[in-house]
Amino acid sequence: MDRYRNKATILSLISMGLGQIYNRQFIKGFVYLLIEAYAIIYFSSNLGRSLWGIVTLGDTPRMRVNGKWIDGDHSIFILIQSLITILLLIIFVIIYIMNVRDARKTAEKRENGIQPNSFKQSIRYVLDYKFAQAFLTLPAIGILFFTVMPIIFMVMLAFTNYSAPNHIPPAKLIDWVGFDTFRDLISLKTWSHTFYGVLTWTIIWAVLSTVTTYFGGLLVALLINQKGIKFKGLWRTILIIPYAIPQLISLLVMRNMFNGQFGPVNQYLGYFGFGQLPWLTDPFWAKVTVIVVNMWVGIPVSMILIMGVLTTIPRDMYEAAEVDGASNYQKFRIVTLPMILFTTAPTLIAQFAGNINNFNAIFLLTSGNPVVGDYQYAGATDLLVTWLYKLTLDQNKYNMASAVGIIIFLIIASFSIYNYRRTKSFKEEDMIQ
Amino acid sequence: MSGRKVKKSLRLTLSYIVLVIMVIGSVYPALWVILGSVRPGKSLYSKSLIPSSFTLEHYRELFTSKSYMFGSWYMNTLKISIISMLIGIVLTLLTSYAVSRFRFRGRQTALSTVLILGMFPGFMSMIAIYLLLKEFHLLDTHLALIIVYAAGAPLGGTFIAKGFLDTIPRSLDEAARIDGASNFTIFTRIILPLSRPMLTYMALTQFVGPWVDFIFAKMVLRSKEKWTVAVGLYDMVSSNTNSNFTLFAAGAVLIALPITILFMFLQRLLVEGLTSGASKG
Repeated sequence: MDRYRNKATILSLISMGLGQIYNRQFIKGFVYLLIEAYAIIYFSSNLGRSLWGIVTLGDTPRMRVNGKWIDGDHSIFILIQSLITILLLIIFVIIYIMNVRDARKTAEKRENGIQPNSFKQSIRYVLDYKFAQAFLTLPAIGILFFTVMPIIFMVMLAFTNYSAPNHIPPAKLIDWVGFDTFRDLISLKTWSHTFYGVLTWTIIWAVLSTVTTYFGGLLVALLINQKGIKFKGLWRTILIIPYAIPQLISLLVMRNMFNGQFGPVNQYLGYFGFGQLPWLTDPFWAKVTVIVVNMWVGIPVSMILIMGVLTTIPRDMYEAAEVDGASNYQKFRIVTLPMILFTTAPTLIAQFAGNINNFNAIFLLTSGNPVVGDYQYAGATDLLVTWLYKLTLDQNKYNMASAVGIIIFLIIASFSIYNYRRTKSFKEEDMIQ
Repeated sequence: MSGRKVKKSLRLTLSYIVLVIMVIGSVYPALWVILGSVRPGKSLYSKSLIPSSFTLEHYRELFTSKSYMFGSWYMNTLKISIISMLIGIVLTLLTSYAVSRFRFRGRQTALSTVLILGMFPGFMSMIAIYLLLKEFHLLDTHLALIIVYAAGAPLGGTFIAKGFLDTIPRSLDEAARIDGASNFTIFTRIILPLSRPMLTYMALTQFVGPWVDFIFAKMVLRSKEKWTVAVGLYDMVSSNTNSNFTLFAAGAVLIALPITILFMFLQRLLVEGLTSGASKG
C-alpha cells in the first residue's frame, strides 16, 4: 500500500511541486514549480561562476591593452557574489527538502484515506501549528543577509591578503593566504608590538572602567539609600541625567571640555592658579581622561541597578544582624555587599564584555589618540575595536582588521557565553510559566 | 548618646556634600552646552557659566546656513528613525513572540545563535554590508540605512522582549485558545495590549539608535544633503572643533533635548527593564 508514498516522493525529487500536484494540491504544487523554475534559471547562470569565484577569487588582473587599462576581475565583488549565490543555494536545498517531505507526508495520509489539505487548509495548518516557524522566517532572512553573511564574509577576509597598498581591487587581485595574517599579527615584530600593546590596554581599560563605574554606582546608591537622607527620588532623578543624554552628544561635549588649549577644564585650572594638564594629548593623561569620563557616563547605570537590588534585600536579614549586635559597617559587609554582588554578577560580566567593545567611549572622546610612534596605526587609548576601525576605514588593511575582529569576538564570546549559561534565566527558563 | 547623634549628623552632612558635588558634576556639562548654545560669539570658553547676554542666533544659523543643512538633516533623521523603528519593532515582536510562546525544534540553538551573533563587533560586518549595498546600488540612499537598522533590530531587542513576554502568564493564551482564538488573534488581542510598556521601551531604543549612529550612517551617506544629524554633528566637531563651538552646542541641544526628555519621562520603565534583567541571576 505504499505506492502513493513512493510515487509522490520520487515525483517531488524529480522536480519540486510534482509530488504535490500528484497529491492534487494544485496551487501548492504550482508555487513550488515556480520556485524551481526560477531557481534553475538563476543557478544555471550563476552557480558555476560562484564556485570558480570562491576558489580562485578571480584570475584576470587589470591589464594594459593598447595603452589603456582594462579592468580584470574584482576579487571582492566576486567573493560577495559567490557568497550570496551559495547562501541562496542552501536556502533552495532546504526548500527542496521541505518539498519532498511534504509530498511524502501528504501521500502517506492519502494512503490512510485522509483527504489532502486544500490550499486554504494548508495555510490554516501553518498558522495553527507552524506559527513560530512562519513568524520567524522574515526576521531570519534579515539576519541571514545583514548579519550572518557579512560575518562569514569578514571571517573569510582574514584568510586573504586583502590589504593596502598591494592587494586592493580593482587594480590588483587578492588571494587566499591561509593563516598568514594571524601569524603576522602574533609574530611579526611591527604588528605584534601594536597588538599586544593595544590588547593590554583594552583589558586594563575593561577592568578599570567596569570596576570604577560599578563601585561608583554602589557608593551613590548607598549614599542615597541611607536612613535620614531626604528627597531620595530627586537625587536619583538628577543623577540619572548623564545616562539620559545620548553618548554621541555627551562624549563630543567632553572632548571639547577637556581640550588642552581651549577647553574650560584647563581654563578653570588656570583661572584658579593651577597648572594646565595635557588631558587628551599625553598618553597617560588621555587614559585617565577616558576612565574619568566613562565614570561620568557609567555610574548612573550601576546606580539604578544597585538601587533596584537594595530594595529586594529582605529586612529581616538586617534585623537579625542587629540582634547579633552588628555595626553599620558589619551589616554592609555581611548582608548588603554579598547580596548585591550575587545578584549583579551576570550584569557585571556583561558590562566587562561590553567595555572591551566600548567603541563610543574611546572613539568619540579621543579617537584613540594620542598617536604612539612605534605602533602600527594605533594610538595610546585605542582599544582593539577602535584599532580595527582605523585598520579598515583609514588604512584599508582589511585582512588584518578581520583577524583582529575574530580575536575580539573570541574574547567577548567566551565571557558572554559563560555568563549566559550560568544564569538561571537560561537554565530554568520555563519556571515562570 | 549625644556622641552618637553628632556622629550621625556628621555622616549625613558629609553624604549631602558628596551628593551635591556629584549633582554638580552630572549636570554641569549639560548646563554648559545649553548655555553655550545661547552665548554670543563662537568661543568655547567663558569665564562665567552664565553668559552676559543671550542670543538665539546660533539656532537660526543652523537652519539658514548654506554649509549646515541642519533642517534637512533633521527631517532625514526623523524619516529614517520612524520608518526603521516601525519595521524593527514588527520584526523584533515576531521573533520574541515566537521564541517566547512556542517550543519547536532548534529553538534553543536559534536563541544561542542570536546571542552570539549579537557579540560580533559591528564593524566587522560593516564593510561587507557596504559592499552588499554597493552591489544593489543602494549607497547614499536612506533606504539602505532603514533596511540595515530594521534588519539588525531583532538581534538587539529579542532577548529583552522575550524576557518580558515570558512574564505574561500563559494561562491567558490557553483560556483564549479554548474560546477558539487563533494564534494570530491571541497575538493581536492579548499579547500586544499587554506589551505596551515593552513596546514603549523598544520604540524608544529603536528610535534613538538612528539618531545617534554616526559611524554607519557616515559610511553610507556620501552627499551632505542626505546626512543625518549625527553625521552632521560629528563632522562639525571633528573638522572645526574650536572655531564654532556655539553652533555645535546649539546642534547638540536640538538632538539631545528631545531624547533626554523622553528618557527622563520613561525613566521608571528603563529602571524596571534594567533591574528585572539583573535579578534573574
